[in-house]
Amino acid sequence: MVGKAEPVNGSVKSGSNQSIPAAMQSPLKKSDLIPNLSLKTLKLKTKQQELLIRVSILCLVYVLAFITRLFSVLRYESMIHEFDPYFNYRTTLFLTEKGFYEFWNWFDSESWYPLGRIIGGTLYPGLMVTAAIIYWLLRFLRFAIHIREVCVLTAPFFASNTTLVAYFFGKEVWDSGAGLVAAALIAICPGYISRSVAGSYDNEGVAIFALLLTFYLFVKAVNTGSLAWALASAFGYFYMVSAWGGYVFIINLIPLYVLVLLITGRYSMRLYVAYNSMYVLGMLLAMQIRFVGFQHVQSGEHMAAMGVFFLLQVFFFLDWVKHLLSDTKLFQAFLRITVTTAIAVGAIALGVGTASGYISPWTGRFYSLLDPTYAKDHIPIIASVSEHQPTAWSSFMFDFHILLFLFPAGLYFCFKRLSDATIFIVMYGLTSIYFAGVMVRLILVATPAVCLISAIAVSATIKNLTLVARAKNKVTQTGFVRGSSSLKGSSKASLDQSQPFQRNGAIALLLGAFYLLSKYATHCTWVTSEAYSSPSIVLAARGAHGNRVIFDDYREAYFWLRKNTPPDAKVMSWWDYGYQITAMGNRTVIVDNNTWNNTHIATVGRAMSSYENEAYEIMRSLDVDYVLVVFGGVTGYSSDDINKFLWMVRIGGGVFPVIKEPDYLVNGEYRVDKGAAPKMLNCLMYKLSYYRFGELTTEYGKPPGYDRARGVEIGNKDIKLEYLEEAFTTSNWIVRIYKVKPPNNRWERCSIFTLGPHCAALPFSGNVSWLGRINFSTNAGIG
Amino acid sequence: MPKLPLFLILIPFLPFLCTSFSPENPSSRRVLVLLDDLALKSSHSVYFKSLQSRGFELDFKLADDPKIGLQRYGQYLYDGLILFCPTTDRFGGSIDLAAILDFVDSGHDLIIAADNNASDLIREIATECGVDFDEDPAAMVIDHTSYAVSETEGDHTLIASDDFIKSNVLLGSEKIEAPVLFQGIGHSLSPANSLVLKVLSASPSAYSANPKSKLSNPPSLTGSAISLVSILQARNNARILISGSLVMFSNRFFRSGVQKAGTLTKHEKSSNEQFLTELSKWVFHERGHLKAVNVQHHKDGEADEPSMYRINDDLVYSVEIYEWSGRSWEPYVADDVQVQFYMMSPYVLKNLSTDKKGRYFTAFKVPDVYGVFQFKVEYQRLGYTSLSLSKQIPVRPYRHNEYERFIPAAYPYYGAAFSMMAGFFIFTAVHLYNK
Repeated sequence: MVGKAEPVNGSVKSGSNQSIPAAMQSPLKKSDLIPNLSLKTLKLKTKQQELLIRVSILCLVYVLAFITRLFSVLRYESMIHEFDPYFNYRTTLFLTEKGFYEFWNWFDSESWYPLGRIIGGTLYPGLMVTAAIIYWLLRFLRFAIHIREVCVLTAPFFASNTTLVAYFFGKEVWDSGAGLVAAALIAICPGYISRSVAGSYDNEGVAIFALLLTFYLFVKAVNTGSLAWALASAFGYFYMVSAWGGYVFIINLIPLYVLVLLITGRYSMRLYVAYNSMYVLGMLLAMQIRFVGFQHVQSGEHMAAMGVFFLLQVFFFLDWVKHLLSDTKLFQAFLRITVTTAIAVGAIALGVGTASGYISPWTGRFYSLLDPTYAKDHIPIIASVSEHQPTAWSSFMFDFHILLFLFPAGLYFCFKRLSDATIFIVMYGLTSIYFAGVMVRLILVATPAVCLISAIAVSATIKNLTLVARAKNKVTQTGFVRGSSSLKGSSKASLDQSQPFQRNGAIALLLGAFYLLSKYATHCTWVTSEAYSSPSIVLAARGAHGNRVIFDDYREAYFWLRKNTPPDAKVMSWWDYGYQITAMGNRTVIVDNNTWNNTHIATVGRAMSSYENEAYEIMRSLDVDYVLVVFGGVTGYSSDDINKFLWMVRIGGGVFPVIKEPDYLVNGEYRVDKGAAPKMLNCLMYKLSYYRFGELTTEYGKPPGYDRARGVEIGNKDIKLEYLEEAFTTSNWIVRIYKVKPPNNRWERCSIFTLGPHCAALPFSGNVSWLGRINFSTNAGIG
Repeated sequence: MPKLPLFLILIPFLPFLCTSFSPENPSSRRVLVLLDDLALKSSHSVYFKSLQSRGFELDFKLADDPKIGLQRYGQYLYDGLILFCPTTDRFGGSIDLAAILDFVDSGHDLIIAADNNASDLIREIATECGVDFDEDPAAMVIDHTSYAVSETEGDHTLIASDDFIKSNVLLGSEKIEAPVLFQGIGHSLSPANSLVLKVLSASPSAYSANPKSKLSNPPSLTGSAISLVSILQARNNARILISGSLVMFSNRFFRSGVQKAGTLTKHEKSSNEQFLTELSKWVFHERGHLKAVNVQHHKDGEADEPSMYRINDDLVYSVEIYEWSGRSWEPYVADDVQVQFYMMSPYVLKNLSTDKKGRYFTAFKVPDVYGVFQFKVEYQRLGYTSLSLSKQIPVRPYRHNEYERFIPAAYPYYGAAFSMMAGFFIFTAVHLYNK
């Protein structure tokens, strides 16, 4: 192999004084080697002890990662959470019932009526196939369990596997101690738990595992220069592509990393082999996923990888020419010509490709990553999702806790001992932290990097501190036996004045680190239990006496739909609830969380923000039978449709300019009380949310029609519905379903709609504005 | 308890009592006639006789009879209702405005004859059916140019109108020669209602005013905007006839001769009888009642209906359409029945060809677009039952193995790929072992 001849760039790996070629020959042996060389006399025994401790720690971490994610199952029941997981569950069910080919070719006529959706070609099948394989395997082993249980526990299972990968990655980057710490940190890190609790059956659950695995295998391939590791990394990449759209991060980060290595003069044959085989094979494999297909060679997001691929060839070629040519002057000239030509050809190819449309431009979501304000101005549908909001400092603190402080320390250690691997982890950490700042949901991607780098900091610090403490103990042997009593030790050892102080300091610092880490563990458990284990399909609140009150209105409504409406009924709702309606209600929806067709969503947004008669025309044209709205005025549930309503107006207005946002605002304020805009008080969404609400007393001492979610008395209590009728309202009024009436038997259309004269002229009262809250109202992720 | 045995005896006959309008047998059989005055029964006997001779059971009741009711135990007792009671303010029994509208909305037929001095109740019923009578209760339709010539000069409220709607379905195939005599209140059609139609309209010189008083203001209704007789076919195919004159149904008008002012021809007999009888045939579904049954579609060359089509499939669509002749279902023959293959807009619009035995069929290719389509037949012709059929069918794209496996245009690429592989193999062998 070519890689063998190459010298290892950068510093040699710490502790083990082994060169990379040796590691290549026996990678297993190397992993068993202990870095600590001071206790050479007890080598064999310590080795075994160390191995035993390491394996048992890993096992404990593996189990811990699994069980810490089970809060939701214990507290509620084994159920699927949130929005997207319901789609994943539905498709998995289909896959296990009908088989892979039916799944691959599935045309779903129950969503996006009347357009339909080619499910097989518009999803990342990795998650479903994984769950189905686990299910089939368990079936084969005669464990008769329901597919739902498999789906619920897939994410915790993969979180456990991630800890293993984190261990190996840490070991590859730093040493096995760092690996162990990384495994322990990532097992309970809230940033990761938020998307991998039991029941959170989403792509990210397996994708983080795949992401870390790909990175680990690639770093391994770069370190060894082995084709086999590069091949493994290509397969890891394939699994990642099949599981999550976030694979774009890999295909951009790795070229960037290669580019950085080239610039810093760390180009080597190992890098050449690793990148080229990983890129070519990974690309070919990724193109097998229908949803990705030719994007891999055609879309702007993937062009960086291709550019770097060609650049590497040019580099290799130049190296070769340099090797042949002895004359440096001649080579300089040659270099100049070649580089200019290469850059010119690349630029022309990119220009022609983009101009001819062969290379598609960057997508809006990609732009919004580079320019956080882009989505807000151009694509309301992306900006409307709460996960796509810029991250607040508090959520960094919430999700990372002490890792936030350990991260820079870890970076320091990485820079101190630069190698190909540490450069990679530094780049991964820095880029992902940037992306995590742009979008809340990308904290997830940053979590493994933050954990790894923090683990390096923790491991290196503790190692240094224990070395200091132990070095002293060697001198004062009694101190070692009796424990770390600093006073006795210092009284005996008067050789060095600074050493007792150093040892005390070290012990104090060790205690401090222990305190911090235990705080971290407490915090993580608390966050997992309080914040990230709620299924969000069942709501829980504290009652007046501190008891837990459960609102199971969503499932009540979907069950009603399933049992009381005709099987081909079409339900219109805001897209957040689309997946749940199809999965639990088994009814056709107009739009759902897949948000692939902005116009269709805008049509629904327009219907919701129009007057009833205009909305009726739209609903008739879409054959809508039922309209479903979510309303929190009775329970005080704040992420309801009224709080999301401005996004409907914005998205609707983005396509249909008849809908104008200022019509729904009063002096730039969004309100629903008597001072609200007349159009607001009479639009469909308002009427459907507040129909009959004016008669209801929600809170003692407040007038009837007091909206608890917004804390005001509503402005239009006398709502008459002309084209719709109330069909079902759940026990806590959270979900309200209306039936669209058929056209009047004897009339072409009903009397012309008139604005209530009392709407416009009422005095200004109450000025609560919830614009600030609205940003965090829409709850589901896209794709 | 003498009633109980009687009731038990009657139980076996209940099914006969419960028969009502059905699409299979659309001829209404039992008709309730509400009258102001039982004298109308004899003065309008010709009209009633013609109905009875066609098999209708007429149940004459005074409008304020406290025992009348349209339904009992949720079942309608009648299939049709004739309101010859223009002055009634409120009905007896359980009948009111809402009951009559429910009666119509559940698919039953209605004939309303108003008059000047029509009560508010009758006006309200008419308004709900898309017709507005002149608000002035004393107003009548006056026409100084096309009045009916009579012995006395009169006030020209007796109108001879021959401005019929042109439709054989409504008025029968026999041409109506003589004008129709009309005397009563005029009405206008509500602009918001497109279902209501003028059958007999006034001449351009007509106007609606109180003939007794002097005309001080311009009349609110003038010219051919005035409708004398209107019909409405509701969406559920209930049929309604609204006339502004009760007297036009009377034996007197049926028998009298007519001469329209300004013309010389004097007709022996007015066309009232022909006009109104033919219209009553339409109202009671003896004519123009269509049914569409047996909608079928399948792939060309197959017999079973699939649950889903693929893009570019060839398919065959057929439907059978029959018309009720009064006694039996006859094949309906027309050349303008169309089918749409519809998803938000029609992708295919084709005329159906017929075999003259009621079956309509066509064949077409599914468009190259996937989605949830509908086969739609929207057949709305004047006077006929509106047929509105839609059948949902999803259209899926090709499966992964339905594409052509090898395409000739790609042979150069296959060649390139395989020659590359072979070349690489040879190159490797040479490079490794040729040193």
